[in-house]
Amino acid sequence: MIRIALLVAGKDLRIEGRSRVLLWQVVPFGAMALLLAGLALGPTQAGHSRAAPGLFYLVMLFVTLLMVARSRAIESRPGTRASIDTLGLDPAGIFLGKTLALAVELWVTGALLLAGTVVVLHTSLHGTLVGAPNVVVTLGALAAAGVLHGALSGSNEGAATLLPMLSLPAFSPLLIAGERAYSAVLHGGALWEWWTISLVAMAAYLGLGILLYGVLEES
Amino acid sequence: MMKQLVARLLGPLTLLLLALTFWLGLWVTPPDRVQGNLVRLVYVHPAIAWVALYVSFGTATIASVLYLWGRTRSLTVDRVAACAMEVSTVFIVLTLITGSIWGRPTWGVWWAWDARLTSTAILGVFALAYLALRRAIDDVETRARRSAVFAIIAAINVPIIHFSVVWWKTLHQGATVFTSNRTLLIHGVQAWTLLVSFVAFTLLFAWLLRARYRLQALREARGARTLVEALEQRRREGARP
Repeated sequence: MIRIALLVAGKDLRIEGRSRVLLWQVVPFGAMALLLAGLALGPTQAGHSRAAPGLFYLVMLFVTLLMVARSRAIESRPGTRASIDTLGLDPAGIFLGKTLALAVELWVTGALLLAGTVVVLHTSLHGTLVGAPNVVVTLGALAAAGVLHGALSGSNEGAATLLPMLSLPAFSPLLIAGERAYSAVLHGGALWEWWTISLVAMAAYLGLGILLYGVLEES
Repeated sequence: MMKQLVARLLGPLTLLLLALTFWLGLWVTPPDRVQGNLVRLVYVHPAIAWVALYVSFGTATIASVLYLWGRTRSLTVDRVAACAMEVSTVFIVLTLITGSIWGRPTWGVWWAWDARLTSTAILGVFALAYLALRRAIDDVETRARRSAVFAIIAAINVPIIHFSVVWWKTLHQGATVFTSNRTLLIHGVQAWTLLVSFVAFTLLFAWLLRARYRLQALREARGARTLVEALEQRRREGARP
């Protein structure tokens, strides 16, 4: 299963590396969304706002939706589905591989956008570095939930509108936990209970994905 | 015979118990020393929430698990899951509305960013998303499989809602009927009214589920009949010289 996961993750990351969609489309979209969030707060609020952690996670949530939709679009290209079926790969391995690839993409985007929050929204660099491990876990959980909900929404013509509808309620506890944990390291407050939620959510989505991804991909 | 009798009595019995709940809740039980007449919402809101979160969402989840488990996989359990989720959606909305009516005079706001309220609203969005998912897929087997998985994912939210008042500091009160050491906090006519309301709303769920299930079965049968008739007509047209 781990071998298949690494193979699938490698394949997805190679596609991403060659197409450079993450670099030229997704990261600029995230940066633009962060700037727009600052504009929405207004010049007097944006520089010293307590809303920075929430805005960061909101942008990451939209980035996740974009990346999941793109991953599904690649999978639905003619012949791709049939080749995966022919290879007879373990669905749990495919799920883990796709999750790992998406998580790596989100970690890269998250690192760049965190740097953006330090510059644009004036969050403390030290607090951001201390909060980084929680960001890694929360974005990992977002990746697992995203891949699972991407499979749920399918790859038909309605998938583009169905994916946000299905995944946003699943993403919301992660948004809350991530935002609270990041706020706690920046401004003080309870930290470990939000860490626990992120960890439990990641374990739950990984467990559900390993168990149910095969059922969703049955043809 | 017995099944038919129960089915025939279900509607009138539900209406009778609902009427009894409203009579006991509005006229027989006394107003609260602190909350006054506002306390009467306790005979409606918890019972509606009970049906929304545990009875109907639970039915949808169990039916979904049964669908995914090979031995019990059938379109009947898928239909039960879908109908129970529809009823659950209505009851979740009613839970939020009745809670909001209570919240405005008590907390001073229609909506508070409270763990219990927020997690219930998220469950409502899950239920709406489930219905959207079913409408988006035409193939019966694929629709049943995907919606069953989604119902199981959504069910994770139910224990979060249940324990939210324990895990976090919330405006929403904790256990009202029983304390953590199973001591009854409500007595006399108030306890009986609460019990009647729980039975009445549970029966209302069963009645609505049965009616919705029958409607869905009739709709599917009509759809299949229309298809057969259309095929027959095309065959006749093709056979014409």
